[in-house]
Amino acid sequence: MTNPGNLALENVVVRLGNRVLVSIDTRIAPGEVFTVMGPSGSGKSTLLAYIAGFLDPAFTGSGRVVYAGRDLTLLPPERRKAGLLFQDALLFPHMSVGQNLMFAIPAGGNAKARREVCEAALQEAGLGGFFDRDPATLSGGQKARAALMRILLSEPGILLLDEPFSRLDADLRTHVRSFVFAEARSRQLPVLLVTHDIEDARDANGPVLELG
Amino acid sequence: MLRHAPRLTAFLLVGPVLFGMAATLAPAFDFFPALGSHRLSLDPWRELFAQPALLRSALLSFASGILTALFSLAIVAIFVAGWSHTRAFRLLQHLVSPLLSVPHAAAAFGLAFLFAPAGWLMRLFSPWLTGFGQPPDWLIIHDTLGIAMMAGLVIKEIPFLFLVTLAALPQAKAGEHARIANSLGYGRIAGFVHGVWPLVYRQIRLAVFAVIAYASSVVDVAVILGPTTPAPLAVRLVGWMNDPDLSMRFMASAGAVLQFGVTVAALWLWIIGEKVLALYARTLRHGGHRFANDSLARSISAASVLAMVAIVFTGLFLLAVWSVAGYWSFPDALPRSFTLRVWERQAGSLARPLLITVTTALVSTIAALALTLACLERETRSGKSGGSRALFLIYLPLIVPQASFVFGLQLFFLSLGIDGSFPALVLVHFIFVLPYVFLSLSDPWRAFDTRYLWIASTLGASRSRAFWKIRLPMLLRPVLIAFAVGFAVSIGQYLPTVLIGAGRWPTITTEAVALASGGDRRVIGIYALIQMLLPLAGFALATIVPASIFLRRRDMRAGT
Repeated sequence: MTNPGNLALENVVVRLGNRVLVSIDTRIAPGEVFTVMGPSGSGKSTLLAYIAGFLDPAFTGSGRVVYAGRDLTLLPPERRKAGLLFQDALLFPHMSVGQNLMFAIPAGGNAKARREVCEAALQEAGLGGFFDRDPATLSGGQKARAALMRILLSEPGILLLDEPFSRLDADLRTHVRSFVFAEARSRQLPVLLVTHDIEDARDANGPVLELG
Repeated sequence: MLRHAPRLTAFLLVGPVLFGMAATLAPAFDFFPALGSHRLSLDPWRELFAQPALLRSALLSFASGILTALFSLAIVAIFVAGWSHTRAFRLLQHLVSPLLSVPHAAAAFGLAFLFAPAGWLMRLFSPWLTGFGQPPDWLIIHDTLGIAMMAGLVIKEIPFLFLVTLAALPQAKAGEHARIANSLGYGRIAGFVHGVWPLVYRQIRLAVFAVIAYASSVVDVAVILGPTTPAPLAVRLVGWMNDPDLSMRFMASAGAVLQFGVTVAALWLWIIGEKVLALYARTLRHGGHRFANDSLARSISAASVLAMVAIVFTGLFLLAVWSVAGYWSFPDALPRSFTLRVWERQAGSLARPLLITVTTALVSTIAALALTLACLERETRSGKSGGSRALFLIYLPLIVPQASFVFGLQLFFLSLGIDGSFPALVLVHFIFVLPYVFLSLSDPWRAFDTRYLWIASTLGASRSRAFWKIRLPMLLRPVLIAFAVGFAVSIGQYLPTVLIGAGRWPTITTEAVALASGGDRRVIGIYALIQMLLPLAGFALATIVPASIFLRRRDMRAGT
């Protein structure tokens, strides 16, 4: 796995026209979950888009995003190692569950070893034997766990969570949430979570920034 | 390469139109160095206007452009207004959509086989009702007013305008607006016309212009169904353009410029009509008439669409029957026997046109699809679409009449020494294939959930990997449908193939149209049937291939 490092957001500001949507200056330690709370439309997702490199041209972002000594905003999205989890699992519908995970594993190594890494990850997520399954046949919780494992296999440096639990049923939500946070902690990933759910923030057990 | 794709595409669309028009214009004023003429004069125009019944030909083309567009658009608009969001609508939608793939010539032959004095309809009612033991001597097909020709065009333009309209409905929020108008007491049609149509029409306007341009300069349908004494302008043009006497080319050029003028005049009259109708609609709106009782108009529109579907399908069925008919005398409704003899006899002469047709269609469509994908991918990466200006460029080859600029293109190629070459043929097909491929693919391509691409990127995939591994396979179905549309368009091309191919590249379509005057129904049946089956095979593959690749992927099924 990658070396743990801090994620530093240095004077990061996202604007729509002249209006400031998000303004943040903080440092997130490895394994720490930083929560940005705000109602929908408050622009909290645009912060993640700025960090990951997908900010819509309608918005303007400024400030440095430094991870392990590198300014991510200078890198193309595919080299930022910023794992992104949405409220929809967004498993690629044309691939099997296993192919989804294989797509994420960085190139290199022989096919057998890659496959073993993938099977182990499925096992870890309680999805043992799901390699050939059609993602459409998975339950909501299974999809969410598969989506998380897909990100973790890509060996991200940081984790960006965009209300990833809001589509799940209440009891499932708690379960998936603790699974995600536990995985992030064990891999020492700095996590930035945006949500409008106070429960998420409480469970994250870290600093909270409220917007809007 | 990707960065230049939009500019390259624009050049390949606009370049031939401009070069073609320029190369049409010069000889029209007697200037054409390649044919040894370096002077300027009005002689070509004098010759042109000395042709008998020229005005009548021009008027026929003009009327055909306006009336075809008017009838097909009115039927489509009233049908969509009166029936959208009903079960009958969904049913008819499935019947109308495949008709788009039927080439104009095949549909026209089918119509002729159905309505001609010796056609199937007359056979069905003879002699018990009509008393005819011999086909009557009526001029139903090739009538002097061009009614058969316009009917043949209308049945082909209805599916086109229908599908374009369907694509425009969601953006116009058709359901919501119509319901609001209905709740105010407006009838279904009135509610749609006032609340939805202006928004829809704005989106399909260029498609309507394309119909006007096509119908005012069509050749193949006009040869099969149109008047002959005189024929519409474009048909006579082709005769002059292909005349072995090269000096005829000057007069033909003047004629091609006149054709351009006729089409522009038709478009111009249409635009005036748009304004008048808009004013009238406003008066009606302000008057507050509800037109709540519109059941008659609804019924007529549904009957028209149903009749259109029935006519095309019956016509195609008759093509198949004739191709295997043994002895079949009037007024028998069916042949006495069936035989494959004519197929066997034609097999030898079919092979070469078939090969040329398929090769031309494949090469031009692959090129068009590749450029379309490059433009759309460039649009994703730059975050900028060409907007309405790009849309106009895409429609340009469809709005400038073929007969005007393709003739110039032929002269241009002639002076380059590449006339009648296979690359020239492919290029001219490409010009007409590309707009359809682009229009067919751009909507589903742009509707793609880009979060899948973000996910791919955050997983470390480069943009090209995300394109090849995620977006392209996920959009395989619309990509193959666009391919099938392009393939069908290429199969159907008549005029460009005749003019640019210079007779050296016979296709199924040119052979079929050439048979029209001969009148051997069995051979026509074979060629028109193959002309219809080729695009159908394309659409069948476009449906079957993704379905079988993604057999075990539920979310990849059609409609999801």
